[in-house]
Amino acid sequence: MKITLNVWRQQNAQSSGRFETYVASNVSEHMSFLEMLDVVNTDLVKAGKEPIAFDHDCREGVCGSCGIVIGGRAHGPNRAIATCQLHMRTFRDGDTITLEPWRAKAFPVIKDLMVDRTAMDRIMQAGGYVSVKTGGVPDGNAIPIPKHVADEAMDAAACIGCGACVAACPNGSAMLFVAAKVSQLALLPQGQVERTERVLKMVKQMDDEGFGNCSNNYACEAECPKEVSVTHIARLNREYLRANLVKEEQKESAGGA
Amino acid sequence: MKLDAKAPAGPIQQKWTNHRFGVKLVNPANKRKYSVIVVGTGLAGASAAASLAELGYKVLAFTYHESPRRAHSIAAQGGINAPKNYSNDGDSVYRLFYDTLKGGDYRAREANVYRLAEVSNSIIDQCVGQGVPFARDYSGLLDNRSFGGAQVSRTFYARGQTGQQLLLGAYSVLSRQIANKGVTLFERREMLDLVVVDGQARGIIARNLVTGAIEKYTANAVVLATGGYGNVFFLSTNAKASNTTAIWRAHKRGALFGNPCFTQIHPTCIPQSGEYQSKLTLMSESLRNDGRVWVPKAKGDKRRPGDIPEAERDYYLERMYPSFGNLVPRDVASRRAKEMCDKGHGVGETGLAVYLDFADAIKRLGKDNVAGKYGNLFDMYKQITAEDPYTTPMRIYPAVHYTMGGLWVDYNLMSTIPGLYVIGEANFSDHGANRLGASALMQGLADGYFILPYTIGDYLASTKFPAVGTDHADFKRTETEIQKQVEKLMSVNGKTTVDEFHRQLGKIMWDHVGMARNAAGLKKAAKEISALREKFWKDVKITGVAADVNSELEKAGRVADFFELGELMALDALQREESCGGHFREEHQTDEGEAKRNDAKFAYVAAWEYTGKVSSPKMHKEKLDFEYVKPSQRSYK
Ligand SMILES: Cc1cc2nc3c(=O)[nH]c(=O)nc-3n(C[C@H](O)[C@H](O)[C@H](O)COP(=O)(O)OP(=O)(O)OC[C@H]3O[C@@H](n4cnc5c(N)ncnc54)[C@H](O)[C@@H]3O)c2cc1C
Ligand code: SF4
Ligand code: FES
Repeated sequence: MKITLNVWRQQNAQSSGRFETYVASNVSEHMSFLEMLDVVNTDLVKAGKEPIAFDHDCREGVCGSCGIVIGGRAHGPNRAIATCQLHMRTFRDGDTITLEPWRAKAFPVIKDLMVDRTAMDRIMQAGGYVSVKTGGVPDGNAIPIPKHVADEAMDAAACIGCGACVAACPNGSAMLFVAAKVSQLALLPQGQVERTERVLKMVKQMDDEGFGNCSNNYACEAECPKEVSVTHIARLNREYLRANLVKEEQKESAGGA
Repeated sequence: MKLDAKAPAGPIQQKWTNHRFGVKLVNPANKRKYSVIVVGTGLAGASAAASLAELGYKVLAFTYHESPRRAHSIAAQGGINAPKNYSNDGDSVYRLFYDTLKGGDYRAREANVYRLAEVSNSIIDQCVGQGVPFARDYSGLLDNRSFGGAQVSRTFYARGQTGQQLLLGAYSVLSRQIANKGVTLFERREMLDLVVVDGQARGIIARNLVTGAIEKYTANAVVLATGGYGNVFFLSTNAKASNTTAIWRAHKRGALFGNPCFTQIHPTCIPQSGEYQSKLTLMSESLRNDGRVWVPKAKGDKRRPGDIPEAERDYYLERMYPSFGNLVPRDVASRRAKEMCDKGHGVGETGLAVYLDFADAIKRLGKDNVAGKYGNLFDMYKQITAEDPYTTPMRIYPAVHYTMGGLWVDYNLMSTIPGLYVIGEANFSDHGANRLGASALMQGLADGYFILPYTIGDYLASTKFPAVGTDHADFKRTETEIQKQVEKLMSVNGKTTVDEFHRQLGKIMWDHVGMARNAAGLKKAAKEISALREKFWKDVKITGVAADVNSELEKAGRVADFFELGELMALDALQREESCGGHFREEHQTDEGEAKRNDAKFAYVAAWEYTGKVSSPKMHKEKLDFEYVKPSQRSYK
């Protein structure tokens, strides 16, 4: 197959970018999309040019490193996969494909298709955990958890932190990502003690990082490689409301004492 | 050099308890005064960094990833072992100890393996406490599955994403410590050298992968948790960036390298489809519970699998190993698959694959049940190959998966450089010559949560530390050396890309230092690697500049080290004139083609010293004594 690529090239966060066109010939349909890019990069290097920078590592859809907007869609046209799981058999000989980085205020471009998603880590640092220390925990089976609850928590926990939800959202919102963690820990008994504080802190950090608001567009769910459901956003909203009520009650009772 | 394993005296069940009582403790108020560098934030590194910070130490954590959550550990699928005996099937710490030692073909240290088994139960508790969503049964209690090499059900799992969930658990406690300022995280930083001052590990030199700046960091001790080096073969199931640089540079600064040739080749991976292939994907070992392995009896049979009648198929594992059948250990299954393909029975376009057939399982259990058990794996297979395993057998082939070798460490997990600790897959570890399934996650977390935090305190409390800043002469010297290396790589300006060199190296490794090895091949490999290495330094082509994001430069540094390690692996395999675990020497096999160990001569760890010349390293031996488990020949007939 012969494929034409329009690739976003940008030196760094400060500089402005532009599209460059490359032709990938001899593309096998069995190649993965990133293997096709490897071949393009080898040609670029041989020609004395800089290769296209993009993040990747596991190449099996679990580390969350990869992320390219392909033909206008985060992670490309197929459902429920990350960029690294896309194969060239999805495309046809002669196709032209546009490659862009995740575009969101909270994800500055580092170079070409590589962006800085550490804002997501800082949201986790704000409260995406149970405050246990090493040692001093009860036996694993001392905390029984109904299977359907554990399964639902696992559905949320499957999030790979890729940021496609943010890239897909017209508002650049990170609601699906935040909801996945809040929901997992709100469902599990281990998460109950810090339930109120957690959601408030994580949402505040999300706002501080410059992520947009959720307007129920659901583009996030459609592009999420792990099919994290928007029902978790509904749970996040309930948790947030509840936390605010709890806080108010706490204030009132403190004031009354 | 005298190798002292420092395994404590006393009955094996009491060694760790006694040792913990014996170690010096750092006064809680003083812990703040000690800083520890942890390189790597996979399972081993993240758990160690968080636990050390909880104790009060000042921790500096480094990763070349954008985030700790992206470490290679995230990709582990199958599960993690612990002898909780929740299944009431007779499991115990002793049995896990025994299975691990035997599975490793008696090439690991008894005291370490026992301790690993002993602390493994606490890992499960710890992870549950963090909110790791392990699989549950209908009573709401933790579920177990069985895994190769064990007759009990002791593997805990979270769907097919156990590594992901354990790493996210460790990442969550690490995140909490980052927020509390107990840990300072340096992401997108690659350690390029270890700084040794007056014989003590006192810091690292790292490259900032965004700006290209060479940076210096100092501490009282350094912990390497930088993972395995399977990518020396180019194609492996490891993540693309996994490499040996951190441990290799430490090796060149004086840390001995233990059993470098012990590599695990996993039998069930999706075969290579073309020259452009960038990595291989693992299909979980659990598939062999229900899948039947076969090849056509006729050589070069190009018919579609469905057109080959039963009588013309060779279910060779069932034929050769009537009692274990398709469930023989990884090394045996891998070697036999290669043998079948070498003899011309391989299937698929390349002839480098065997069938793993689920037709019988679907007949027996029904498609829905098979889908319930393996659905996600079948989907993954289909996505990559565009073939449907429900209707046509999977094609599988062995691939490099894990490295048992690594930096030599004593019972305290300290290398031969005082103050340099090595944990997780990066050390030569507890798995001997072969690792059992679901025990790497266990070892990484055991080291990080429950072992290193104790043993490092002993060193810190009992060592005098002269004040050393990053302006110290040794820091400056090491920094200059690294800068020179970077400049040298950038200035070669040859014709061949880093990946092209890496592929060539991988091919030599796979052909001669892979599943079956012999003296002639190993000697040839050592020579070829050395020649290719020379060519690399004269002909590698890197574009762009050093003071910028530069993936080619990153890869070049790693491949340069793989070139040196590759030769050491060949030399190590050459000196080990026996077959054990994943190390199969064709000269040493039984009449039936099984591995023949030689305990009288080779019951030792080969610990290699860098002499200044890559091609002439010096070997030291740590003799292995077996007080509790008597070595026997493994038999799976
Ligand atoms: C596909 C697959 C499936 C597996 N499944 C299982 C399983 O089911 N059960 C099981 O027990 N084991 C399994 N394993 C093995 C297991 O996953 C690994 O052995 C284990 O996760 C290694 O953990 P680690 O913490 O030692 O290293 P890694 O997770 O590899 O982490 C290495 C860390 O070091 C950092 N690093 C490395 N070098 C540098 C440097 N120079 N500078 C800065 N940072 C650096 C990296 O950024 C990373 O953070 C599997 C392995 C593979 C490949
Ligand atoms: S919710 Fe989905 S799209 Fe968003 S970060 Fe997680 S895995 Fe990626
Ligand atoms: S490279 Fe890991 S998810 Fe794509």
